[in-house]
Amino acid sequence: MTSHCAPDEMLLAYAAGWLDEPLSLVVESQAALNPESRKRLAAYEAIGGVLLDELPPAPLCREAIDRTLPRLDQAAEQAVPHRPAGTAPCGCGSRPRDGLPLPASLRRLVGSDLAALPWKWRMPGLSEVVLQVGGGQRVSLVRIAPGRRAPRHSHRGHEIALVLAGAFQDGTETYGAGDLQISDGTVDHEPRAIGDRPCICLTVLDAAVRLTGPFGRLLNPFIRG
Amino acid sequence: MTDALLLDPPTQALLIQAVAERRDREAFGQLFRYFAPRVKSYLLRLGAEDGLAEEIAQEAMVAVWRKAASFDPAQASVSTWVFTIARNKRIDGLRRLRRPELDPEDPALQPEARPAADRLLDASEREERLRRALNTLPEEQAEVIRLAFFEDKAHAAIASETDLPLGTVKSRLRLALTRLRRALAADGMDQA
Repeated sequence: MTSHCAPDEMLLAYAAGWLDEPLSLVVESQAALNPESRKRLAAYEAIGGVLLDELPPAPLCREAIDRTLPRLDQAAEQAVPHRPAGTAPCGCGSRPRDGLPLPASLRRLVGSDLAALPWKWRMPGLSEVVLQVGGGQRVSLVRIAPGRRAPRHSHRGHEIALVLAGAFQDGTETYGAGDLQISDGTVDHEPRAIGDRPCICLTVLDAAVRLTGPFGRLLNPFIRG
Repeated sequence: MTDALLLDPPTQALLIQAVAERRDREAFGQLFRYFAPRVKSYLLRLGAEDGLAEEIAQEAMVAVWRKAASFDPAQASVSTWVFTIARNKRIDGLRRLRRPELDPEDPALQPEARPAADRLLDASEREERLRRALNTLPEEQAEVIRLAFFEDKAHAAIASETDLPLGTVKSRLRLALTRLRRALAADGMDQA
């Protein structure tokens, strides 16, 4: 794995709407932090657009549009201001207090002030906040102090780590903000925070990619393979 | 509701623009007649009951009205944009967490290294290439792609009933994705 992007199968599953909540959070966060990943995701979503165009239209009930039009007025007030085409997305939104721009999906979950979160000490140099996300997987923010290592570990399932800030090194690979590492049970790894600030990651443990529905179940071994 | 006219992508984009800038109900009506039946069709394929599919399709179209100003033709075609709205509406109904659209004001959003003016293909061109590539895929490859997006109960049943070997499904999907990536190669999708 050299690109540090979410694998194509995961992006495809997200685009199609089959990816579970924890991994959707990872895909959305990486899309915000990593332009390459965002571009790939956009391409998979475009497949959905093409297929939608080609679907045979299903008959609507006769009053469908008459029932919808009155709802437009209720929605009108919430219209978002128009952003002139060509303006680059800027960092001019509300800056979180500690200066770390969390992706919107994560902010929605934990707010924007990382320092205010109930960090739990796990071992010297390592603390964790477990997030309440549906699904049976452990979803956390993990903070490793500069120069510290997470203890050598392996997993029975998968572990996914998305770097939100700082960087870590594992073996010969370096992961910076927006990079994703996927480790399976066969990998014995020992990530070390590098640089002079803490490395903060979104992690999903036991992240055997779980998809719903018959086709999803068909895909699961594919993603693990 | 039989006048589900065909709308080509440039027309779709103009109609969205009319909705965004002038709150044009006539334009919205055209978009509704084109997209609502397709969104409903999509939801039915995913197993929604008729009433629910109708309701979500209407909700999605209300969202199209509400969010029209945030539609960015450089990022996606109208069809793709409507698809993501419908997909997310469906997921919202199934989940506690709402799935957000990518927020252009997200302070975390890392801009692309390349300036926007330097885009190799704009979204509609890109999607035209994708459409051609999808249409020229061998049928069994096109089928696994459709299966992945529109999990059609009939198809899934066929796959398991005929006991299509998993390896075959995998290799078909890989082949299909490789070909689609190749079609989009100029757009940076070829670096897998």
